[in-house]
Amino acid sequence: MSTTDVSGANGKISEQLDAVVIRFCGDSGDGMQLAGTQFTNVSAVFGNDVKTLPDFPAEIRAPAGTLGGVSGFQICFSSSDIFTPGDEVDTLVAMNPAALKTNVADLKRGGTLIVNEDAFEKSNLSKAGYDSNPLDDEEALAAYQLQKVPMTSLTRDAVAELGLSPREAERCKNFFAMGLVYWLYQRDATPTEEWVKSKFAKKPELVEANLKALHAGYNYGITTEAITVHYRVDPADLPPGNYRKVTGNEALAFGFVTAAKLAGKQLFYSGYPITPASDILHELSKLKNFNVVTFQAEDEIAAITSVVGAAFAGDLAITASSGPGIALKGEGMGLAAIMELPLVVVDVQRGGPSTGLPTKTEQSDLYMCMFGRNGDCPMPLIAPATPADCFEMAQEALRIAVEFMTPVLLLSDGYIANGAEPWKIPDVSSLKPIPIVQKNTQTDGEFMPYLRNEKKTRPWVIPGTPGCEHRVGGLEKSDVTGNVNYSPENHQFMTTLRAEKIAGIADFIPEQTVEGPESGDLLVISWGGTYGAVRTAVKQSVQEGLSVAHAHIRYLNPFPKNLGDLIKRYKKVLIPELNTGQLRMIIRGTYLADAVGLNKVQGKPFLISEVKQKIREMLDEK
Amino acid sequence: MSVDIPLPVLSPKDFASDQEIRWCPRCGDYSILAQMKKVLPTLGIPKEKFVFVSGIGCSSRFPYYMDTYGMHSIHGRAPAIATGVKLANPDLQVWVITGDGDSLSIGGNHFMHVLRRNVDLKVIMFNNQIYGLTKGQYSPTSPTGTKTKSTPFGSVDRPLNPLSVAIGARATFVARSVDVDVKHLASILERAAHHKGSAFVEVYQDCNVFNSGAFAFASKKGEKEENVIFLEHGKPLIFGKNRDKGVRLNSHDQPEVVELGKGVTEDDLLFHDEKSEDMNLAFLLASMRYPEMPEPMGVFRAVDQPTYNEAVYQQVEAATERNGEGDLEALFNTGDTWTV
Repeated sequence: MSTTDVSGANGKISEQLDAVVIRFCGDSGDGMQLAGTQFTNVSAVFGNDVKTLPDFPAEIRAPAGTLGGVSGFQICFSSSDIFTPGDEVDTLVAMNPAALKTNVADLKRGGTLIVNEDAFEKSNLSKAGYDSNPLDDEEALAAYQLQKVPMTSLTRDAVAELGLSPREAERCKNFFAMGLVYWLYQRDATPTEEWVKSKFAKKPELVEANLKALHAGYNYGITTEAITVHYRVDPADLPPGNYRKVTGNEALAFGFVTAAKLAGKQLFYSGYPITPASDILHELSKLKNFNVVTFQAEDEIAAITSVVGAAFAGDLAITASSGPGIALKGEGMGLAAIMELPLVVVDVQRGGPSTGLPTKTEQSDLYMCMFGRNGDCPMPLIAPATPADCFEMAQEALRIAVEFMTPVLLLSDGYIANGAEPWKIPDVSSLKPIPIVQKNTQTDGEFMPYLRNEKKTRPWVIPGTPGCEHRVGGLEKSDVTGNVNYSPENHQFMTTLRAEKIAGIADFIPEQTVEGPESGDLLVISWGGTYGAVRTAVKQSVQEGLSVAHAHIRYLNPFPKNLGDLIKRYKKVLIPELNTGQLRMIIRGTYLADAVGLNKVQGKPFLISEVKQKIREMLDEK
Repeated sequence: MSVDIPLPVLSPKDFASDQEIRWCPRCGDYSILAQMKKVLPTLGIPKEKFVFVSGIGCSSRFPYYMDTYGMHSIHGRAPAIATGVKLANPDLQVWVITGDGDSLSIGGNHFMHVLRRNVDLKVIMFNNQIYGLTKGQYSPTSPTGTKTKSTPFGSVDRPLNPLSVAIGARATFVARSVDVDVKHLASILERAAHHKGSAFVEVYQDCNVFNSGAFAFASKKGEKEENVIFLEHGKPLIFGKNRDKGVRLNSHDQPEVVELGKGVTEDDLLFHDEKSEDMNLAFLLASMRYPEMPEPMGVFRAVDQPTYNEAVYQQVEAATERNGEGDLEALFNTGDTWTV
């Protein structure tokens, strides 16, 4: 696939590639997330398709140099469409022995291994559990193109004249590493330079130091004789338009603000800080001029209940959390469900149970979100597939909430929330408006708060409306009047009515589609952040001539109307999930389909190869 | 174009809902409900602008009985729900109706935070020192040794003093009244209604089924005069049937009861200052408990401070002034963008 030509500075060889996976890894204080983010930005601005996978420890600063403190950031950038941050790493930048030890297994044979040689000294080696310096063991690293670069000392030399403390000087070494990789992949550093200038505007000495380190790294690439090849990855052939990079959490915030603006309503967002959902609160807090009120509540329960109050008072009301916080919000969701008030609860899933793996991804809150409330209490559940898809699904969640007067759950996950990809900036005038029907005055007769329309939806009347004074609450409601009513017949009637209302949403969501053949040997069903790995695995399997199709479900409750019929058109069903089989059980229970699972609970996303292997295995079985 | 439309003249019965009231006969809640219906029409606020939010407990059925907007919610969370209502629509007058178990036990966290934020809400806590709705377990305000079904040998918990908790959270309005003293109660509710910021009112309420007479010392005619002091801003602390007793600070700055005359004059007594910015006096008054001391009734603290909801909207306005009204097109195009 690659072509080579001689060009560039010093006559070095430039090799053209389709897609490259780079991983920066180092100590949690080494600035690896920053390096990865900046490399993503310059690649996106250059026009590559990009996908990222940040991976960091739960501790803010684990003991320096230890295996537990390694922080990594993986980027795949490509000249064609890509759906995952990649299985194997082409270039690994390891800032210390611990980073090398924990990451080298993912480096492809023949891949480039760039290490900060200075960090491979006695104490770091022993903290990483090395008996001897692995850089001296030629055999062990023979499979890779090893580049030993004394980054700490080169960085220190580069910024020597600025009079920084040794500590400050050494902290610039991530910019040295970035500069070297920018040279290696012929990236234009301008966006990063601009970022440094604005980020450290108040500390001109740091602007200069970081830029000097960045340029020193770049120039090291040009001048060192050790590196003879650098690479080119052309811009991707994306649909025409204006693009920017978004993470899932950013796209959710954008989607919520957009929905509120389109609906002409105030947005009320309440949250309690929790990884990996906090960035939604951070993003929305910046956007107060969009008629956004944000409230950092005293706990998760106050976050959901303040949202219930705001919804009652007429705002578009949203709260977000992760697993442990969603568990606490259960009672508040039940209250909103029986009062039939519109609001959105976002669960950015992480590894559980309890505090679990706070910074790692998982899909194991499906049962909790589907069933985790007392009483018979169905709630609509939707799940975005990718970071950019969060923009649309945020609006969809609010649309369902107000159209059906119900709390709605939106299931994101850590992989989507922190991962980034190019987002085609929409034409604002083409966005679908969200019509809000609120009664403003009482016209005919006595107001009945639980009188329903054809969608079984009761009216949203906000306090301050004359003549419609009414009371809502957690006690069972009487049909039509909404008065408290404990009668056995009424409770059964109302329980059924609420369930029918939610089930009826199936008439107002898109039907399920498949990628691949309309019928065949195998259907792979996925949901949430596993979209990319499953999509790629199925696509490659189809290219290899296998009869396999992919259905990615974004509407989990209710399911799309045609899902049951669709499943029947395939001989076998595979459901890969980052849990022990939660969607599989629901699909088996709902459709009596003999679905098989591929289940991984390691805090890591699927590799394409893992899904492909399972597909092949299932098709080989007779 | 503004037209002055005179507000309709409202009466207590305009605030009565069509729901049957299901409190026990002679429950103290009836009196509180009646005083509320009496006070609201005097405030010059249209009926549809009132919202009552409650948690769980006997007192929390209150919103059903008011013909206003209302929400009977979940246990302990009314302050957080009311915060959401007020932030979404600051134009509403929002009342929180709660009990001692609801607000101090399961809802203790929200209680503290709503007060320290100074959200413009009125929190009325019906304190009967017992769990009534769950049929008589001891509550966080029950005296140590209280014998109930869950504490047959007497409770070993030490009780919370609601006023001290409220003052500790720097509540800007703190008051106490008693259910049967209808005039006093109405005047306190009225003052709470007019306060800008979080107003906290503790009402001694008689649960005649599970804890009858707990506050007889403060409600029984002929006895209460010797046991309570009615606070008045700027006035000395005088009490007693013949107004012949007072409270002064002793040499250790502790309150002590003295008899007037015999060398003690009004000027020697402690003077009430509800507007004091520091909280020492309010703490001292809250610490005076029957039977060692007469218990103060009335407004302990009423200070004027910016409200949380005002501050929130000031930020919204400042951001809008600084950056202009939010423009989606501009938002999406911030940062690094590129064209394909």
